[in-house]
Amino acid sequence: MSTSTLKSDLLSERDRALIVATQAGLPLVSDPWAELGKQLDMPADEVLARFQKMQDNGVIRRVAAVPDHYRLGYQFNGMTVWDVCDDAIARLGDQVGCLPFVSHCYQRPRHLPYWSYNLFAMVHGISRDEVEHKAAQIREVLGDACSGHTILYSSAILKKTGLRLKKQSGRS
Amino acid sequence: MSATTEHTTHRAPATPQPEFTALERAIINRLQYGLPLTRTPYQDVADELGVSESTLIQHLEALLAQGILTRFGPMFHAGEMGGGLTLAAMRIPDEAFQRVTEIVNRLPEVAHNYRREHDLNMWFVLATESPEGINEAIEQIETLTGYPVYNMPKEKEFHVHLHFEV
Repeated sequence: MSTSTLKSDLLSERDRALIVATQAGLPLVSDPWAELGKQLDMPADEVLARFQKMQDNGVIRRVAAVPDHYRLGYQFNGMTVWDVCDDAIARLGDQVGCLPFVSHCYQRPRHLPYWSYNLFAMVHGISRDEVEHKAAQIREVLGDACSGHTILYSSAILKKTGLRLKKQSGRS
Repeated sequence: MSATTEHTTHRAPATPQPEFTALERAIINRLQYGLPLTRTPYQDVADELGVSESTLIQHLEALLAQGILTRFGPMFHAGEMGGGLTLAAMRIPDEAFQRVTEIVNRLPEVAHNYRREHDLNMWFVLATESPEGINEAIEQIETLTGYPVYNMPKEKEFHVHLHFEV
């Protein structure tokens, strides 16, 4: 895991302190950078610069609102899973990922004989029909390379806290 | 399908499309794309939406308080932080579901946990500070619950564009 080790070295203790301070949320005040700076004894410019750098290098995807999709009317959250021929998955995964209604698309390992699906595409809809209609479009993209699929609907969110770092670093 | 716990915060409601004001819609749609990292981020978004900064912040507070937004802040990418990230699944009998949910949810490494309608009925995301932490967390869950965990780390990411238009 040498690349991971390298990347973690990019995250300084000061970056870490900013992550811990904002993982529950960014302050909802006019100048959130100054507010964080006050909490962490860091100049506001440095706070902002560190956020910009973390966003540039991908540690932060973006600073954004995370909705409860049920409350927005997207009541059906379907994890569509597909058994796709290994030779074709790289090409077809890209095509499925580009469908505008697919929110996440990943290749994951099979667990034979219990689990034969290696392509996961998350689809949301306001009805099961809508999710199934979208799944049918994925099926069309995959064509003969797909030998089976199913849709796993969520029936309850059991936990949704997002990623959390502990206060103290595991490494020094 | 009766197992619930105090952590079961949401069931899919039977209500149709929710009603939002035009401004709420605009805020929800705009802020899923990310706050600009400028000296005056809320003011800049408020200007785009044609409202005052304090109106934007008040609406944001209200959307969070009502649970329409679950969070507003940096979305971290565990892999890029040098940590471990995976999706894992378990097959739990109905009578044990609540007990296992409580055990699994208690682990801080569990970021999300969903019940799904399938033989594999519990699906959770594990995020750990080191790549090795994933296997440790999985072993811990298997030991504490007595059920096997199917580890399904991503081998390739094709696309992520999670936006819900309202």
